[in-house]
Amino acid sequence: MMRLSRRHVLAILAAGTALVFAPEAQAQKPIKIGSFLSITGPASFLGDPEAKTLRLYVDKINKEGGILGRQLELVIYDSAGDAKQATTFARRLIEEDEVDIIIGGSTTGETMAVVPIVMEEEIPFISLAGANVIVEPVKKWVFKMPHSDRMAVEKAYEDMKKRNLTNVAIIGGSGGYDQSCRKEAHAVAPKWGIKIVADETYAPTDTDMSPQLTKIKNTPGVQAIFGCGFGAPTSITARNWSQLGMTNISFYFNHGVASQQFIDGAGGGAEGIRLPVPALLVAEQLPPGDPQREVSLNYIKAYREAYNQPVSGFGGHAYDGLHIALEAIKRAGGTDKAKVRDEIEKTTRFIGTDGIYNMSPEDHMGLSLDSFKMVEVRNNTWKLIE
Amino acid sequence: MGDRAQKSLFDLSVARKVQGTAKHSPHAPLSATEAAPGGDGAVRTVGAWLFSARTGGVLLLAAIVAILPLFLPNKFYFDVAIKTALHAIVCVGLNLLIGYAGQISLGHAGFFALGGYASAILTARFGWPGLVAMLAGAVGVGVLAFLVARPILRLKGHYLAMATLGLGIIISIIINREIPLTGGPDGMSVPALWVGPWRLTGPITWYWISGVTLVLAVWLALNLVESPMGRALRALHGSEVAAETTGIDVTRYKVLVFVVSAVFASIAGSLFAHAERFMTPVEAGFLRSIEFVTMVVLGGMASIFGSVVGAAILTALPQVLAVFHDFKHLALGAILIAVMIFMPKGLVPTLAALWRRRVG
Repeated sequence: MMRLSRRHVLAILAAGTALVFAPEAQAQKPIKIGSFLSITGPASFLGDPEAKTLRLYVDKINKEGGILGRQLELVIYDSAGDAKQATTFARRLIEEDEVDIIIGGSTTGETMAVVPIVMEEEIPFISLAGANVIVEPVKKWVFKMPHSDRMAVEKAYEDMKKRNLTNVAIIGGSGGYDQSCRKEAHAVAPKWGIKIVADETYAPTDTDMSPQLTKIKNTPGVQAIFGCGFGAPTSITARNWSQLGMTNISFYFNHGVASQQFIDGAGGGAEGIRLPVPALLVAEQLPPGDPQREVSLNYIKAYREAYNQPVSGFGGHAYDGLHIALEAIKRAGGTDKAKVRDEIEKTTRFIGTDGIYNMSPEDHMGLSLDSFKMVEVRNNTWKLIE
Repeated sequence: MGDRAQKSLFDLSVARKVQGTAKHSPHAPLSATEAAPGGDGAVRTVGAWLFSARTGGVLLLAAIVAILPLFLPNKFYFDVAIKTALHAIVCVGLNLLIGYAGQISLGHAGFFALGGYASAILTARFGWPGLVAMLAGAVGVGVLAFLVARPILRLKGHYLAMATLGLGIIISIIINREIPLTGGPDGMSVPALWVGPWRLTGPITWYWISGVTLVLAVWLALNLVESPMGRALRALHGSEVAAETTGIDVTRYKVLVFVVSAVFASIAGSLFAHAERFMTPVEAGFLRSIEFVTMVVLGGMASIFGSVVGAAILTALPQVLAVFHDFKHLALGAILIAVMIFMPKGLVPTLAALWRRRVG
């Protein structure tokens, strides 16, 4: 929560002083942005950079004079990846804090639990979670930022198809993130002419994936492996894959592993692995004409300066969500909820860190497959291919 | 604990036979001891009846449920109240098991989630009517609890805790894995509850549903506690061997109370699913089970109203502490530790004892 920070106390004092001297300033109520994110708990790898990004840019925009001459006020609650807490916080944001828009929901479960509430209360809601179910079917008040799991899978399948790899084995953990990805990997396989010939699962706490990989190795006809997951198990899987001498079978991952920790954790075993990543991760390698290059480089710089930490793609979702919301508020000329919703839906050619957004009444996400960049691990870093 | 329970048991029966007051009953923290001061015998009997936990306490709870909406400024507070009531129902059932029978369960979130998912799956995927689905869930959970209770309740202490923990984790894994049925870790949407022609949605409707169910649950639990079964439970809590020698079928009562508490959790879970219109496997998680046990212990073991208070505090406190943001968990932990150090018997029994000492 921002309310207790010293800066805000000062801001309130300053506002009070301003009120005394300039009564006309009274009309300028701040624009209130509400958020609930998994800042702690198992999904904190999503919520933490998202919260940091929102704070960073709200402060930055306020220093530059705000939007429409109004300051921004950010209210963030930590829902800890728990749908039950998320619904309570969503009610709180709407009823108690009376926010103008909600940007949040790090996980699909939290987002979907909140959907009935925002539909009933008619408030624009931009989700930062992955699954397609959030915007399919389209829900009037619900938008979502990042690429979906399905798009990551499709991007990988597209690349496999280019290389004539059609017999695919899936390997992934039993956790929520992995399962969402696996579900999509099965669902869209026929569309791309991919045949799933094996599907192996490990527990999130496993420290050796050799048994699963050996099974895949012994499955006749496997041409490529698609991995679903994030964190330590994925590094171990990559290491085992090279240790078992399976590098003749191409290995793809979903975008969950798009962090330097993955490569470092694999200890050299990740060489040659391909995955789709948001442009943010390969910003320096983008050709100078690429529209996403500048946005991404600016975000990386600002985040590093503020927190002295490398960026993660997840923080980028929050960057996109916040800016799409603010652009819509600008175009709507205020915070009227219905108008802001209409304007979000009209978002066209918005260049974010995750890609170029073109929303429509039929598409409340607005990204296409092009927004993913295919990379390969080479010399312990990401190399843009294509 | 056993001694106290036995003593209060004695007090209660005396209170009913002789025209005394329920002055010394720890189960009647709300029994106003100024009941009909100086009145004649008949009035005193009525007073004792009215101010016993079973009638006076339930009436007071019903009054609180009825009046509370006047003080709830918006739907956010209703939302917290609904979750409090549903948690309280689970805790009232769980307290029968922990506080009265002296058995521990670290798997009650599993029963809660099973009830919720039974409602969710049967209504969403098979088109069953909501109330039938809820009933089916409760019966199913009851049968499951019955089947596992006999082997599990042969275990004692740590082993029992481990077994119930395992049961909860198995339920959690199944819900996470059966993606076509449960939607897996992303959760599943639940249709609104239809009762006849009425579609029950919105926090205010659900406030009344969960509030009334809570009053019913408390009333049921208090009746159970003061029935021969309740006495048997407390006896076996005191000493299983002693209870057995007095002719109490220890196993039967343990199984029965385990089933009852599981069914309470299942019903609360079903109501939760329809109130939230969404279920996630987090509800079946180990941490949820721990939360329920914490609510019971914080409120006071062997105190039905303590469970309600414990549930209310642990549901509302995180909302109060949310303003401290990063220090939220620290503050919550500190408060829990402080209560356990200074009030090891739990809030309600300790405060009730203080009150009695001051008055009497």
